[in-house]
Amino acid sequence: MASTPIHQALERLRGTRVWKSIFRRGPALTNRTRSLAIFGNLFLHFLPVKVREKSLRARATYYLGSVSFLLFIVLTVTGVLLMFYYHPAVPQAYRDMKDLRFAVSNGVFLRNLHRLAAHLMVLLVFAHMFHVFYRGGYKPPHEFNWVVGVVLLLLTLFLSYTGYLLPWDQLAFWAITVGTNIISAMPFLGKDTRFLLLGGNLVGENALLRFYVLHCVVLPLLAIGFIGIHFWRVQKDGGLTVRDDDDGRKEK
Amino acid sequence: MTMTDEKKNNSEAGFDSNALKSPRRFVFLTRKTSAKVKGDAGKQVMVFPHLLLREAIAFQVLMIALVAVALFWDAPLEQLANPLLTPNPAKAPWYFLGLQELLHYFPPLVAGIIIPTLVVIALVVIPYFNVNVQSEPIWAANRTKQLRVFLAALVPIVIFEAAFVAWTVLVPTVLIGALVVYSYFAAPGGRQWSEYLRTRPVSWWVMTWFICVAVVLTVVGTFFRGPGWSWVWPWRSHVG
Repeated sequence: MASTPIHQALERLRGTRVWKSIFRRGPALTNRTRSLAIFGNLFLHFLPVKVREKSLRARATYYLGSVSFLLFIVLTVTGVLLMFYYHPAVPQAYRDMKDLRFAVSNGVFLRNLHRLAAHLMVLLVFAHMFHVFYRGGYKPPHEFNWVVGVVLLLLTLFLSYTGYLLPWDQLAFWAITVGTNIISAMPFLGKDTRFLLLGGNLVGENALLRFYVLHCVVLPLLAIGFIGIHFWRVQKDGGLTVRDDDDGRKEK
Repeated sequence: MTMTDEKKNNSEAGFDSNALKSPRRFVFLTRKTSAKVKGDAGKQVMVFPHLLLREAIAFQVLMIALVAVALFWDAPLEQLANPLLTPNPAKAPWYFLGLQELLHYFPPLVAGIIIPTLVVIALVVIPYFNVNVQSEPIWAANRTKQLRVFLAALVPIVIFEAAFVAWTVLVPTVLIGALVVYSYFAAPGGRQWSEYLRTRPVSWWVMTWFICVAVVLTVVGTFFRGPGWSWVWPWRSHVG
């Protein structure tokens, strides 16, 4: 390692009592301390200490799962910021959109980022699923994690869909009206399910409030739980599926 | 048997500090090989720093791309929601436009409830069908019988889709079906892509068919549908 002043300062920082009290280890220079860096950290302990070199190759994953997860974080951060400017009420919700555009600093950028990340996440979660399928990543012992993945796909769709109503413009209102009308076609429980979801027979302020609570509280919490299980199980099931040709050599 | 006195029944393991008296089992080797043993494919590296560094780079590239696009591509905002003014066509978000396209052809119960439910169930049960874990090609054994089974499955689907004149479903179905038949007749050792198709397992074909149909439906629903869900060319008519 080059010994620039920055490196030296970093080394000194890692030697301090405060640093050690937080991370419970010195610099991660040996395999032991590098292992500690993973399982001594609440957020990293979902990961294994070691992975197969082949599973790091781009073609093994294209980082589709990792990037989906990053998008979830981006969406959480931008979502919380948007919540500071949003009231789930009719017609205040729409006025808040106008405020984001004309009054809030970088409000347009914030909303753009949230919307873009949301659409991208739906796209990448689908891509992740298809890629895992074609690699045979669902095969034993990964069966259950595949099912968790399907749940996460549905959660992603519901998250995106509930968020779609929140701007309360024509686009939002009619997209949700069209979508929830489909539910009425369900035999026996169709009308009741739709009523439960909308808090009424029409898309109105009750629906807006319900979608808001689902979008900002219920579904994100469920998603966090299932994402945790998903990562955890990758490790418990013995790591990602690797194939002989993952290092770029031709199969067989 | 050299177990300790504390041992109460046969199914309970004994605990004892004397290793000579109490034999301990460390590893259970069952008939099914464990994931760890089976998946041992090659060299391993430390997650810190190898994986974490790569993910950090992936995240940064993504953030730069996101910010760059978000600076210039504005999220749409239309007029205030008005229950009395129905836009024509009223469209769901893009990922549900495949469903909306299906609703155009099939009754709501079929397109809106039965088909999506079947798709979700199919996705969930995929790993629990332990047939063909080895991904044997569809024509590996019993070629003629396999072809008959395939045609017996394809023909009713095609007839069903044709009966509802659901041609945006029918076209990708027939195309994939034709490819399957082609792969049956493809001679071994042919061109690379023909050899590739020839050696695909059933699951590959089913998923590829599903993805093709889903993509065609979504693209048609998003770009090629106008007032009254009629066909429009995206470069001629302004949609949205």
